[in-house]
Formats: sequence, structure tokens, C-alpha cells
Amino acid sequence: MKKVKIYVTLRESVLDPQGSAVMGSLHKMGYGDVADVRIGKYLELLISDDTRDIDAYVNEMCHKLLTNTVIEDYRFEIEEAVSQ
Amino acid sequence: MKFAVIVFPGSNCDLDMYHAVKDELGEEADYVWHDSTDLSSYDGILLPGGFSYGDYLRCGAIAQSSPVMDEVRKAAEAGKPVLGICNGFQILTEAGILPGVLLRNKNLKFMCRTVSLKVENANTQFTNEYAEGEEIRIPIAHGEGNYYCDDATYEQLKKNNQIVFSYADDFNGSRNNIAGIINERGNVLGMMPHPERAVSDLIGGSDGLSLFKSIVKQWREANVSHA
Repeated sequence: MKKVKIYVTLRESVLDPQGSAVMGSLHKMGYGDVADVRIGKYLELLISDDTRDIDAYVNEMCHKLLTNTVIEDYRFEIEEAVSQ
Repeated sequence: MKFAVIVFPGSNCDLDMYHAVKDELGEEADYVWHDSTDLSSYDGILLPGGFSYGDYLRCGAIAQSSPVMDEVRKAAEAGKPVLGICNGFQILTEAGILPGVLLRNKNLKFMCRTVSLKVENANTQFTNEYAEGEEIRIPIAHGEGNYYCDDATYEQLKKNNQIVFSYADDFNGSRNNIAGIINERGNVLGMMPHPERAVSDLIGGSDGLSLFKSIVKQWREANVSHA
């Protein structure tokens, strides 16, 4: 099995009100050095080794469902998963 | 005219949508489950509001991949009227049938109130019973109604008169106060406010009724021959 770690982030041009609220809170707590906060998503997929072109497979899933490329960017890493 | 009200797991405005066209207008309507693979017998498709699939991943993202959405796409391509309200609008953008995306409201709050909308384009099959520039009062109920699109898309929307409704005031952060848009062909409308909740004075207002009347009127003119 392969473990695929997908990191989804908001595109830079898109405002992140959630990130802004978290930054405001950090500032109030005294962490004034924080200049920006952006909140994203992390997904883990286990995919069987039979998948021939795993990069294309993951890209296709990202485009069709896992991300919305109008507002999000993504990148992923593939690792060998230790079978249970 | 026969409407399909599409029901996803988590839809919660399907009854209001049904009530609007069936009871207020006296048209035919059926509830159609999300796994349906045939909408050919319907003249109009209604995608109701709610929280399909619990808004998991992104609002509308999972509903967008339902079997029925291939049929909705076919209906849209065939020129049938398709109306997506609230979560229905989010599903249409996720499906790529309408451009842009709905983000979290800028104040991060779920907002539920009646707001003023401006009819930006009264020359559509959804708004022909309104006057251009008319101000109407329609309820909103959303946490993610902050319409976003890039500059190029916005210019396209403006150029083609695809912005159909805008908010009189900015409260959710939507680009240029956009509340509802139509596709280029003019037969698919997505909007965050709920006209189906404003179809009778008894429930606090009837400004939304003209939207449904517009659809039926246009359809009658195109499809019913005068005997």
C-alpha cells in the first residue's frame, strides 16, 4: 500500500476570514510577530500498490473531488505504507 | 409544467421548494432522490438548500458527484430551466455548471434574516415578472454565501449580464454584492437567498413568488401551443 499525504491550501488571491480570525486571536494573546495565518486541509489516502500511475490517479481525484481549483492549491507526497 | 425537486441526504429546503411550485403555483412537482438517473420527464429542475452530506469537504462538493448530477447537467445542456438555491447554488458551482465558488461569510457567522435584493437583470427566464432594478425582500440563511470568482470571470459575468441579483448591502463579503448569477445561455440560475421562503404574505412576504411565476410563464410561452 501507498500512503498519499495531500496538503490543500487556499490560493493566495483568496481571502481567508478564518485565518484572519485566528491571527487576531493570536495577536490578542501576545503573539504579535505573527504576520499572517492561512488555514488549509490535510488528507491521507491509502492506495493499493496495483495502481499503475499513482500521480495521475491522485491528480484526477484532486481535480474531480478533493479540491476546488478555483480557490485551492494542493500538493502531495507518496510514502510506502506499512501493512497492518 | 413539471418540476423535479432534487433531494440529497441533508437537503432541508426541499419541502419549501415543492410547496412553492405545487401549492402556490399549482404546477406539478416530484421529489427526486439523488441517485436517480433519469430526469427526462421533467421540464424544470430545482436544487434546494440545506446541508447536503453535512457540508463535508466543501459545501456541495460531495453532492456534485451524485448520479443525478449527470442528469442535471444534461437538462442544463438541453436548455431546461435549472434553479439552485443556497446549497443548490453551491452544488452548481462545485459541479462547474456555474462559475465561481461560495466561501465562508466574511464575519464567519451563519446569517439568517430577510435582506433587500436588487434585480440586476429582469430579462431572464427567472426574472421576467420583476422590473429591472426592482428591490425585493428575500430571506437568507447561510454560513457560506460569500461569492468569489477571479477578475476574468467577474468581467465575463458583467459583460454577459449574468449577475441577476445583488445584495443592497454587503454583509457576507460577496464580490460586488453578488447574490445570484445565471449561466451564459441563461437557463441555469444559482442564488444564495431563498425565494421559496417568500411565496406568501402569510409567511412574511411574497416577493419570491415572481421568480417561480417567471419560470412557468417562459415555459408556457415556449411550449404550450394556443389552441
